[in-house]
Amino acid sequence: MAKTLLMGNEIIAMGAIRAGVGLVSGYPGTPSTEILETVARKNPGDIYVEWSTNEKSALEVAAGGAYTGARTMVTMKQVGLNVASDPLMSLAYVGVKGGMVVVVADDPGPISSQTEQDTRRFAAFSKLPVFDPASPEEAYTMIGDAFDYSEKYGTPVLFRSTTRICHGCASIELKEERKKVVPEGFVKDSRWVIFPRLTYQNHLKIEQRQPVLADDFSSYHGNCLSGSGKKGIAAGGVSYSYAMESLAGRSGFKMLKVGTPHPFPEQLALKFLEGLDEVLCVEELDPVIEDALLAVVGKYHLPAVIFGKRTGHTPVAGENTVESVRQAAFSFLGLPLPETAPLPQPPELPVRPPVLCAGCPHRASFYAVKQAMKGRKAVFSGDIGCYTLGNAAPLDMVDTCLCMGAGVTVAQGLHRMEPDAVNFAFIGDSTFFHTGIPGVVNAVYNETDLVLIVLDNSTTAMTGHQPHPGTGKTMMGEVSEKISIPAVLRALGVKTVLEEDPLDLPAAVAAVRRASGEKGVSAVVFRSPCIAVTRPKPALQIDALRCVGCKKCIRELGCPAIILKDGKASIEASLCFGCGLCRGLCPTKAIEGGRQE
Amino acid sequence: MINCILAGVGGQGTVLASKLIAHTAMRQGHPVHTAETIGMAQRGGSVVSHVRIGEGGYSPLIPLGSAQLLLAFEPAEAVRALPYLAPDGVIVTAKKAVRPVTAALSGSSYDGSEMLSYLQKDGRRLILVDGEEILSRCGSSKVLNTALLGAAAASGALGFAAKEVEEAVRALVPERFLEINLLALSLGAAAEGEDK
Repeated sequence: MAKTLLMGNEIIAMGAIRAGVGLVSGYPGTPSTEILETVARKNPGDIYVEWSTNEKSALEVAAGGAYTGARTMVTMKQVGLNVASDPLMSLAYVGVKGGMVVVVADDPGPISSQTEQDTRRFAAFSKLPVFDPASPEEAYTMIGDAFDYSEKYGTPVLFRSTTRICHGCASIELKEERKKVVPEGFVKDSRWVIFPRLTYQNHLKIEQRQPVLADDFSSYHGNCLSGSGKKGIAAGGVSYSYAMESLAGRSGFKMLKVGTPHPFPEQLALKFLEGLDEVLCVEELDPVIEDALLAVVGKYHLPAVIFGKRTGHTPVAGENTVESVRQAAFSFLGLPLPETAPLPQPPELPVRPPVLCAGCPHRASFYAVKQAMKGRKAVFSGDIGCYTLGNAAPLDMVDTCLCMGAGVTVAQGLHRMEPDAVNFAFIGDSTFFHTGIPGVVNAVYNETDLVLIVLDNSTTAMTGHQPHPGTGKTMMGEVSEKISIPAVLRALGVKTVLEEDPLDLPAAVAAVRRASGEKGVSAVVFRSPCIAVTRPKPALQIDALRCVGCKKCIRELGCPAIILKDGKASIEASLCFGCGLCRGLCPTKAIEGGRQE
Repeated sequence: MINCILAGVGGQGTVLASKLIAHTAMRQGHPVHTAETIGMAQRGGSVVSHVRIGEGGYSPLIPLGSAQLLLAFEPAEAVRALPYLAPDGVIVTAKKAVRPVTAALSGSSYDGSEMLSYLQKDGRRLILVDGEEILSRCGSSKVLNTALLGAAAASGALGFAAKEVEEAVRALVPERFLEINLLALSLGAAAEGEDK
């Protein structure tokens, strides 16, 4: 078969299909999203695939599937595992029948996340095995191995990847054959019902299993040893590839590649440590390999000194690069760093923070709330999604952002301690279904004054436009009944639920004014589709004769399509989506065209 | 091994350009690795694609100072990515500046000219592409990526000619945009002296 260029996430998906996965669930999150999308796109027809409402639901769906003996996979980003940690921790005790792989994508940097947490640590915490590929190619075989180990030990396993593996593409030859899995079916048994006594018994089994698995992993091909010398480098994940790149052609040291950081392959580590004076650990996020080696050295009273994050020899935060690894490795090995003449100081580079797209309906929603609250004390709690970008100047409409679904509840705590402010919570449609609903129930039940603004753009925009319960489309290509957010809010007891098009500025402002005047919970659902799922309207133009150069449109909206040209505002036709928001606020009516009511 | 770094602003089409390079190189039997910026930075931020053609690399990202080609969609992004360029590397960049929203807000006068003169002083081979002219001849604002790729291939830095990219364009570009992309590719190549 010819080679194809596939993204790491696509490769993981193809590896899972090849391994006979029968059910795949997940919740979108960068950098994990494309895994589930690829399974859905390449579905041979017998795999059940769903975007679940959140990671907890997704993991539980996958667990149920694996109880039947089917192979199942659940995908999420690292913070999604926090949401799914409740079922994960218990499932570690209960175990599974069919192979179940929990794929979690970590985000060193971070590039698009709110934490730099390390899923390898979660593996140790939950006492579950974890696989950690060093390249997209390795991920292809490793995902299949993960299913095999899961079945062999009757336990869910974690498969941890990072951004550079997930979003790195490689030309790869896919195998034709596909494992045939015939599930036995769900067999009623007390093993599926967790009780304290069962937990105790299974806890003993898990602890007995750990060293057995560790020994098994010592001969696993994802863990390997090479080279010779008095010094050694231990690396895992993409950092192993960085180490190989920066040390290509060099010798005189040992190299330990760790593909299963937990349970740590102790026997292999002992072979590595034999005869070593010093070890440098190269890894991203937490010092997991470093701590494991420190434990081995302590347990066996070995002389090797372990360097890494704990000794200040490698960076404790952020992403590794070939350069950062080269610097640490060369200094450790006593090699001179190649001299490079620095480039002359460049002119000041323009900063390009990510912004809401031209025509994004969120800009209109934020602007409407801002106008309605002019002169009033108000706090705007935000949430996770494209609309977090509403925090940037000139909108400056996101005062807090914590985690999925937190805006609606943080706003309640703020209001309890500062009741003189009007407290707003902004939440997107997918986030509303993810974890927003319990927060609304909380506010209604506790009679908290809160203005909920639902930014319904009919998609999960930030992660690349996945469907969700409000869109009525499923990953099996079927159409289900759309779940109406206003109907949900009314059913939860929210008395005032207004629905507006945010691009109709006067009506949007009026709705916000009305909602903010109510006691208890009131809501405005701003409904307008994301520009990526709808067609552009004709671009607007600015009549240079009428434009007086007051820059109000630029100063208040921050739309990327409006630029300053010779002291006057001008619209970049190739960027303008024709939303018409700017037209309504021009004091000299110089802006024409675009969407018509 | 040939390393190519593509630098631009989210939305300019760097990802398609990197796929076209990868596809063409794979057709010629080379192993290829690429890495892209995906996620929040796509919304108008600086984006960089790494394309590595051939054996010998391990990292998905190109090490600094080792790209044979810097294909930039915007002058400041060319300067930002310049540390990736090898001592004997080639810079191909679009001339037109993309002003960030923050520039309009702060009243900054960024227009790209300082960046272009910095690149000219750098001393390495510099190919300036008048993207505006090609876009107006194609009648589309969406083909800057194929135009730049045409010029880059014609420069010789990729190990294949612009003509050899046509097959990849046919394979990856949707039917209704095919003609203008092929035109942009050839106009970009012609600007750099490769005959159609």
